[in-house]
Amino acid sequence: MENVYELIAFILLGGMVLGSALLVVTLKNLVHSVLSLIVTFIAVAGIFLLLNADFLAAVQVLVYAGGVCIMVVFAVMLVQRTDMEESNPVNWRFGFATLLGGGIFILIGLFAARSQWMLTGTEVPKDTVGTFAPILLTEFVIPFEVAAILLTVALTGALLLVKEVKANGDGS
Amino acid sequence: MENIFVNAAGGIRNLLESAGLPSLVVDISIMTTIFVAILVFVLLNVLWLVYMERKVSAYIQCRIGPNRVGPMGIFQTIADTVKLISKEIIIPKNTNKKLFLLAPVMIFMPPMAVFAVTPFGKGMVALDLNIGVYYFVALASLSTVVIWMAGWTSNNKYSLLGSMRVVAQMVSYEVPLLLSIVGVVLLTGTMNLTGIITAQQSVWMIFLQPVAFLIYLIAAVAETNRTPFDLVEGESEIITGPFTEYSGMGFAFFFLAEYANVLLVSMLASILFLGGWLAPFGLTFIPSWIWLLLKVYLVIFLLMWFRWTYPRTRIDQMMAFCWKVLVPLAIVNIFVTGIGKYLYESVRW
Repeated sequence: MENVYELIAFILLGGMVLGSALLVVTLKNLVHSVLSLIVTFIAVAGIFLLLNADFLAAVQVLVYAGGVCIMVVFAVMLVQRTDMEESNPVNWRFGFATLLGGGIFILIGLFAARSQWMLTGTEVPKDTVGTFAPILLTEFVIPFEVAAILLTVALTGALLLVKEVKANGDGS
Repeated sequence: MENIFVNAAGGIRNLLESAGLPSLVVDISIMTTIFVAILVFVLLNVLWLVYMERKVSAYIQCRIGPNRVGPMGIFQTIADTVKLISKEIIIPKNTNKKLFLLAPVMIFMPPMAVFAVTPFGKGMVALDLNIGVYYFVALASLSTVVIWMAGWTSNNKYSLLGSMRVVAQMVSYEVPLLLSIVGVVLLTGTMNLTGIITAQQSVWMIFLQPVAFLIYLIAAVAETNRTPFDLVEGESEIITGPFTEYSGMGFAFFFLAEYANVLLVSMLASILFLGGWLAPFGLTFIPSWIWLLLKVYLVIFLLMWFRWTYPRTRIDQMMAFCWKVLVPLAIVNIFVTGIGKYLYESVRW
């Protein structure tokens, strides 16, 4: 009984992901593409919830739907165009896209079918963050800290870029 | 009195089960009842808050405020709502009609979704989520997109300026908001909202994390776009920004959603820092949900006090304050909290 509902939810969410992803690449207006992208990300978060990965779902919403899409919004705003109607003109190259997308799909499917999957068979723990956090700060502490340093470097780089523009503005 | 709502939910469940309905139908109807109850609670509070804001502002400015409709003007908001419903919804010519009409509907979604995990009293929580705090932060970030959508589709230069300010302001102030909550999570060791409340049994978090409370309060004012950080609306410069082109109920929805957000951040402030539904001084004869409401209204009054006594800041001042003061302060707060917790656990005096 339970599985039937999960299947229905999965089909609905999968349809949402695929449908809105298709809209992202086919819509002519970049702003509409960004809004569809947000729907895609939220639907992916729903699929994570179906797999009992609640923390991952929240990260998906916060980082991708709330963060990355807002960055795209900045990019759209900085484009010096008054009309966004035809801002995405090269998205109807179906022959090339079918070839490339189909090729990648077949390749991934082939490898997925051939690989040996490791199935642990254990239940997903109820407290996902509680089991996840200690591993992150003991076993995988070096990759975790490297990622943190990378982000700090990116932030400092952005600050440097802004500063340079200011110095030029004062000089001229 | 204490368990009036919990008993009511249990009573409905017993009634449905004794009627011989399958457990799935019972679960769905209980969830629907709880959701409708939360919706009614939020809408009633929002109606009251609009009236309260006008009264508080009137007293701060030595006026009387609304006093014609009903005793003390208490039905003023209802009269306003009736007026707004009867108005025509004007859709400007060069807008994207669907998105333009979708934005006011979607603005209520993020706050309503967060109310599903907030505890309203002892045992009164619709969904006791393990990552409650994180869920709040994640969904709060989505309001930005909706307001930006409203500003963009309006196709108006003031709306566009306002929506650019929304994106800049709300993305920046999310950072100190999140970092200030980390201090509380460090001390309580849980992200579950009920767990955070019960961890404050002996001492409220505001006494252990005063700096975090200040940072949270300032960031919350910015997140709800209220004065001194209401540059998004800025009536005197960009004519209420993203909401310029909206009329009738479209405008009313944005207006009411602002108060739903105020209620939400005040609720989170009282849960995270003021002990939630815990009674101070052992005054447990007053029910827990009344204590929570009292604390929430204390924080709301504080926010209204800010709004009517401080002038509006400039956008560069606001961004500089966020990145140069609040964020470093929040990071130092996390650092000090971590060291303090470690010392406390190793000394154990």
